[in-house]
Amino acid sequence: MEEKYQDEFEEFLKALENGEVTAEYDGKEISEAVCPANGSGKGDNNEENNSIVSLLQEIQKEHHYLPADVLKEVAEKRNIPLMDIYSVATFYKSFSLEPVGKHKIVCCSGTACHVRGGKKITGEISRLLKIKPGETSKDRLFSLETVSCLGACALAPLVVVDGEYCGNMATSRIESFLEERLPLQKE
Amino acid sequence: MSLSGIKIKDQEDLNRLQNVLKKRRNDEECSVAICGGTGCHSSGSEKVREAFQRYLERNDPEGKIKLRLTGCQGLCERGPLVVIFPQEIFYQKVSVDDVEEIIEKTVLNGEILERLLFTDPISGEKYTYSREIPFLQKQKRLLLGNNRLIEPTSIMDYISLGGYGALAGALTKMTGEEIIQEISYALLRGRGGAGFPTGQKWKECYEAVSDEKYIICNADEGDPGAFMDRSLLEGNPHLVLEGLIIGGYAVGAGEGIVYVRAEYPIAVQNINNAIKQAEKLGLLGENILGSGFNFHVRVVTGAGAFVCGETSALVEAVYGRVGEPRQKPPHLAEQGYMNKPTVVNNVESLANVTVIIRDGAERYRQVGTEKSKGTKIFSLVGKVNNTGLVEVPLGMSLREIIFEIGGGVQGGKEFKAVQTGGPSGGCIPESLLDMPTDFDELASAGSMMGSGGMIVMDEDTCMVDIARYFLNFLKEESCGRCFSCREGISRMLEIVEDISRGRSSLEQLELLMELADVVQDSTMCGLGQTSANPVLSTIRYFKDEYLAHILEKRCPAGVCHDLISFSIDKDLCTGCGACAKKCPSKAIEGVIKQAHMINLQKCTKCGICFEICKFGAVQKS
Repeated sequence: MEEKYQDEFEEFLKALENGEVTAEYDGKEISEAVCPANGSGKGDNNEENNSIVSLLQEIQKEHHYLPADVLKEVAEKRNIPLMDIYSVATFYKSFSLEPVGKHKIVCCSGTACHVRGGKKITGEISRLLKIKPGETSKDRLFSLETVSCLGACALAPLVVVDGEYCGNMATSRIESFLEERLPLQKE
Repeated sequence: MSLSGIKIKDQEDLNRLQNVLKKRRNDEECSVAICGGTGCHSSGSEKVREAFQRYLERNDPEGKIKLRLTGCQGLCERGPLVVIFPQEIFYQKVSVDDVEEIIEKTVLNGEILERLLFTDPISGEKYTYSREIPFLQKQKRLLLGNNRLIEPTSIMDYISLGGYGALAGALTKMTGEEIIQEISYALLRGRGGAGFPTGQKWKECYEAVSDEKYIICNADEGDPGAFMDRSLLEGNPHLVLEGLIIGGYAVGAGEGIVYVRAEYPIAVQNINNAIKQAEKLGLLGENILGSGFNFHVRVVTGAGAFVCGETSALVEAVYGRVGEPRQKPPHLAEQGYMNKPTVVNNVESLANVTVIIRDGAERYRQVGTEKSKGTKIFSLVGKVNNTGLVEVPLGMSLREIIFEIGGGVQGGKEFKAVQTGGPSGGCIPESLLDMPTDFDELASAGSMMGSGGMIVMDEDTCMVDIARYFLNFLKEESCGRCFSCREGISRMLEIVEDISRGRSSLEQLELLMELADVVQDSTMCGLGQTSANPVLSTIRYFKDEYLAHILEKRCPAGVCHDLISFSIDKDLCTGCGACAKKCPSKAIEGVIKQAHMINLQKCTKCGICFEICKFGAVQKS
C-alpha cells in the first residue's frame, strides 16, 4: 500500500516538473464536492446524528421553513421531545416557523449599515412592500427580513434581493431598484 | 491519475513537492489575480473572471497567462479588483468591458490603463502599483498577504508558498509542550475578543489528563460590523486549517471541529473543500506525515445566534442544541465538548499559530507592543473613505488606521467616534485617537478589541441612537438565562428609547447608569457582562448629546426620528419639483419654478427629499 502511494507520488512530481499536469491537478475536482451536512463525526451516520440543529437545517433546506406537521413527525420518529425541537427552532435566527415568500428581501442591519442609513432603507422597503420586517406578504410573494450582519460591510448599506447582494443603497433609489427586480404592484 | 492517489508520506516529500510547485510558480510569466471576496463578488467579479477566461481560452491556448480567483484583497469598496503580476499593477472597479483591453494592452504590452487606477480620495493622486497605495503600504499583511497570491480552492497554490511546512516542522521536530512554549513566548493573545493568552489556554488543556481531547475553531463571527474571520476562511482556508492541526497536536486532541456561520456559504464551502484536500494528501487523518499523529476535522454550521460566540455556549451549539452559556468552572480545558478537555480558538488566532510556528516566535515578537505581539485584522467600515479589511501591527494608533490607511472621514465631514469591539465594545472619541490599539489600552478606554470591527462615525451619527442600536441588538440576542441580562437590557433599552424621543429626565439617566452597573456585575457570561459597554462608553464620552436629548429635546446629529423635522429653505429652492415627485407620502406641495413647502402633518420624515435635493434647500433640524 505504502509503496503504491510512493510510486504515484513520484509520478505526480515528475509530471508536475515536466509541466504535464496543470490546473486540473490543483485539487479543483474536489472543490466541486458538495458540502456535507453537520455530521456526528466519524461516519456521518444520519440515524445516529442527534443534532437538532442539523435536523432542522435539513428540513428548512427542503421546505424553506419549518412546517409544524413535519416537526411533529420528526419528533415522534426520532424520539425527541417536541419542546426541545421548538426551543432550538426559536433560539436560532436562521429558522422560520412561518412559510416564506417567493421573493426574499434581506436588509442588513449591521453596525456599518446602520450608521450609513440602513434603518431608513428598511423602512422604505417595508413601506413599498407593505410588510414589516419578519413578515411575509399575504399573497406569499415577498418576505422581508433583517439580519445582524452579512459581513459585506464595505458595501453598506446592503440589501440582498433573492440572493443578489446590492450594496451602497440609497433611500431615493429603493423604489426603482425594487421595481427592476420584483413584481411590485403600483398604487 | 487523480489527486486521490497521492499521499505525502513525510516532511521530505512535502519539501520536494513545495520546491516543484515553487518552481512552477516562478516560471509563470504573468498572472492575473481577480478578487473574489464577498465585496468584489457582489460587485460582479465572477462575471469579470468569466470574461477573462473566455478571452484567454480563445487567445491563449497554451495557458501562458495564469488566472486566479483569489480571496479578499482588502479594498472591498473599490471592487472588482484585478492585480496583474509580476508588476503588481492594481486595477479597481473593473468591468467585463475592460477585460480585452487589460489583456491586450497591460498584460501583453505593459501599457497602463489610467482610468482603472486607484485614486487617493484625499490627495487625488493616482497609483499604478499595489505596493504604492497608502491603504496597502501602511499595513502589515502577515495573515492576509497571501490572499491575493492563491486560489482558496487550490491546496497546491497554498503548498507552493511553503504551506504545511509549519505543520511538518511541528510534527517532526517539536513536542506538544515545545509548541505551547513557542506560542506562549510569542505572546499570542486570542483574537476572538477577550485577548486571553493562547499559550496558557493550550497549556491548561495539555495538562488535563484524558483519553480524548477536542479543539474547536470558532468561526461563528457574530459581531455586526466584522468580517475578518469570513475573509480568512474564504480566502486562505488552509492557513487556518494548518493552525488547527498544529493546535490539535500540541494539546493532544484527536478531533478538530470548525464551527462556522451558515450565513457565510463560501467560507463553509472553502473550509470543507480544504479539509477534503488535506485528507487526500495525507496532511490530515491517520499518521500525518509519518509522525504517528492522527487527527480528524469536521465542520459544523451554526444557525445564527450571537451568544454562541461565548465558548461554553459554542460547545452546546456544536451538539446542535440551544446554545446557552454555562457557569464556569469547570473550565472547558477540564470539561468541554463530550465532557472532555476542549480548547476553543478563534479563526484569526489559529492563522497566527501557523505563522508563529513557520517563522519562529522570535521573529513574530518583533511586531506589536510589549504585551500584545503580532498583527490584528480590523474591518474598517462606516463613514470612512477606504473601507475594507486592514491588517496592522498591534499598537498602531487609531488615528493612523482611520486617517492614513482609511483616508479619513467620508465627504469631508467631521470625525465623531470610532466603535470597536462590537456589542461588547464602546465608542472612542477624537481625544483618544492617538491611543495605541492593543487589548489593554482599548479596555482601559471602556471599549475592547473584540473581534476587530472598527466602525467610524461622523458628525451625522447620533450617539444615543448608537446606544439604542446595540441595546436592541443585545435584547434580541440575549439567551435569557440570567435575569439581569434579560431584563436589564430591556429596561436599559426602554430608557434609551425614551431619551431618543425626548421623553426622559436626568433621573432616568441616573437609573440607566445604575442598571448598567448591575448588568455588568451580576451576569454570568462575558457577553452579558460587557453588554452595558455601548451605553456606558457613550455616556462617558458623549454626555452632552444625552443632555441635549433630555433637556433641550434636540438630536444634535439629526437622527432621532421624533426630534427632527424637515423644512425647505425658500431662498435655496429652485422649484424643480424633484422632491415632490419622489416624496412617498405626497407631503411636499408647491408650484413648479416656485419655492416648495413640506406639509408636516403628512411628512413621515423618511429623508428622501433631503437626500435628493441638489441645491441643499431641504433642511433638517
